[in-house]
Amino acid sequence: MTSPVVVALVGNPNAGSTTLFNALTGAKEAVANYARVTTEIVSRDITHRGVSLRIVDVPGIYSVSSQSLEEQAGGTYLHETEPDLIVNVLDAGRLDRGLFLTTQLIELGLKRVTVLNMIDEVRRGGVRIDTGMLASALDSPVVETCGLKKAGVPELLDAIVDAVQSPATSSLTRLHYDAHLEDGIGRIVEHLNQLHPHELTPMRSRWLAIKLLEGDERVVRAESDHGPLLTLIQGESAALAHEHDEDPATMLAAGRFAFAHGLLREVRQRVGDPTAGFKLTGILDDVFLNRTLGLPLLLGILWVMFESTFSLGAVPTDWISALVDMVTEYATAALPEGMFKDLLINGVLAGVGGTIVFLPNIVILFFFMAVLSGTGYLARASFLMDRLMHHFGLHGTTLIPMVAGFGCNVPAVMATRIITNQRARLIAMLIAPFMNCSARLPVFILFAGAFFADIAGTVVFAMYMASIAAAMVSAVLLNRIIPGSGGDAFVMELPPYRLPTLHSILHHMWDSAQGFVVKVTGVILVGSVVIWFLQEFPRDIVYSQDFETAIAQVEAQPEGTGDQDALRTLKAAQAQEKLEKSYLGSFAITVAPVFEPLGFTWRDTAAILTGFVAKEVVVATYAVIYAQEEESEGLTELLSQQMTASTAVAFMIFTLLYAPCLSTIAIIGRESGSWGWAGFSVGYSMAFAWILALAASRIGNYFM
Amino acid sequence: MTTRDKLTLADLKPDQHAEIVKIASDDGVFKRRLTSLGIVPGTTISLDRSAPLGDPRIYNLLGTSLGLRNAEARDIQVSLK
Repeated sequence: MTSPVVVALVGNPNAGSTTLFNALTGAKEAVANYARVTTEIVSRDITHRGVSLRIVDVPGIYSVSSQSLEEQAGGTYLHETEPDLIVNVLDAGRLDRGLFLTTQLIELGLKRVTVLNMIDEVRRGGVRIDTGMLASALDSPVVETCGLKKAGVPELLDAIVDAVQSPATSSLTRLHYDAHLEDGIGRIVEHLNQLHPHELTPMRSRWLAIKLLEGDERVVRAESDHGPLLTLIQGESAALAHEHDEDPATMLAAGRFAFAHGLLREVRQRVGDPTAGFKLTGILDDVFLNRTLGLPLLLGILWVMFESTFSLGAVPTDWISALVDMVTEYATAALPEGMFKDLLINGVLAGVGGTIVFLPNIVILFFFMAVLSGTGYLARASFLMDRLMHHFGLHGTTLIPMVAGFGCNVPAVMATRIITNQRARLIAMLIAPFMNCSARLPVFILFAGAFFADIAGTVVFAMYMASIAAAMVSAVLLNRIIPGSGGDAFVMELPPYRLPTLHSILHHMWDSAQGFVVKVTGVILVGSVVIWFLQEFPRDIVYSQDFETAIAQVEAQPEGTGDQDALRTLKAAQAQEKLEKSYLGSFAITVAPVFEPLGFTWRDTAAILTGFVAKEVVVATYAVIYAQEEESEGLTELLSQQMTASTAVAFMIFTLLYAPCLSTIAIIGRESGSWGWAGFSVGYSMAFAWILALAASRIGNYFM
Repeated sequence: MTTRDKLTLADLKPDQHAEIVKIASDDGVFKRRLTSLGIVPGTTISLDRSAPLGDPRIYNLLGTSLGLRNAEARDIQVSLK
């Protein structure tokens, strides 16, 4: 079997190449699974007309030479691999900009198929494109598609196979730049051909010469051992800059845009009102970006999002909770007494069941996140917030990783790649873990329900606001601590508003549900079992008093005279002592003095310690610990008896802020390129959490 | 500053159309980022709207909307059309 033909989908961010990738390959993965979209290059093998194709979804780029981190994956791919065919995905409504990348792809000299995606939007706006003329100008077949409706996909597959089977073209279709530029390019090409005799095709040497003049760092690095070549380029650049008062990179870019402009004048016809397609975006922006309404609306939208995450989730949560109770009852009745039964009911069912009930809340949260990012509102939100965030030394685009952090901190840390300045990115990475991720949501829903039942939704919202405030304050602090200065420029495209498809929203929700269930049946399950063992062992505890005899004595008393209260007190005292002397208890008691000023007991300490693995484990730990002590009452009632309201607030704040979970620590280490920063993140957040929780409990004691 | 007397993107008022003349910045990476988005000499650009606090602002060019801070817009010289 021969290896498949590599077909790379290349286009601007937002041109719809991932949607097209899904339409071509029938992939069932979510379009915007955050982690994947920003970092990895996805490919999938298909067969069409007997030809096996490896379709590669290259992350969006504006330019082949792009330096920004988010575009790096795409740029590096094109530099390091040579796909057999490039499918250049263009947003038909934004050809004036998209053709810039096309001009670079032409110079690459690989086989190409050009796709005019989202053609329906353009047609609705009364624009016609002469695809025949465009095809001959670009020297590539042109296919019109609408990735969402899968229109044009069969034609595209045919065009791909046709192009693959056609002989390689040695076309010299090329852009002609300003005469001085062309002279310079010619001299560099000559030098390159001397350096690498018989190795370079004319197409390739021209490409290299242009990239060297543009100052493309990847190409310059590859040629860095050729001193005379670099001297030549510096000379050419200086001469051009002197002659035209402009550097060659800008001149080349201007030449590319001029080519696109000229081409579009010939192939594009406007039949109706050209701005018709953008009217809706304009009207919506009048509302959402309104100078007085814009910011209150943003706050309102966030409030609705978090309030409904709590309140809409309550009903299905009750159903799941009832189901868990049913299973527990059944297991209690059906299983013989013994350690296995205890492990299953008080370990597995208590821990897993106590966490899985939050599934509806998490799915609802991800529904809102999908709507916010899918409609294009999130980009507007960063635009609205840029000025305010600037005061905290942050960049408006930092809002995107921060909002992603509400889902999970791991993709949030990865999403900091949209920030080009290294220092600004590091700060964003260190504050991202403060964002109230969905793993912490169960803790707050549990505590808010237990202590502030009447205003639980608002309390949950307040925790989100507190997480934003903590991130902002930290940004100010970190800006002082971390050496260096300089922010990042705010340069951001605002995409037109689009209605996200039901399909993509459902995918987001399904993905999050799946991820949560995997976590609950994996980490949480194992965690619950481990915690159960740690609090159940060692078995040979030496009690301070002989409980067995005391209990037997009370029980031996004749019916009616027996003191039931005394019996209960004895049993509770025994359970208490057993727990305190268990591995979990004794370790937590050793560490507990650290948290004593905050009003936390050793049980709370145990929950905090186990939460290092993943924050949902905090709830699972409470569930397992309390499952041992009492049997009739729910976790909510038990908690509200064990803790004061002000301690509860302190605990929520501590849980919100203390150390990122293991996965987040790992990703900070990877993305910052230094375990030192990952360690710093843990130490810094622990100290920050401790101080704020102390303040909260002190202030709370005054009022509550 | 050599750019002081020259009209820049930051001076643009709503509904004014201008042509980009020059990016007056020495930061090559920043410049290339702008050029790949269409900020090159010869492109027609107009102001769409401002953020609530007047900064950043949204510009229309090449059928797209681009958000830019005023600090950066001051580096982009334009001439009115």
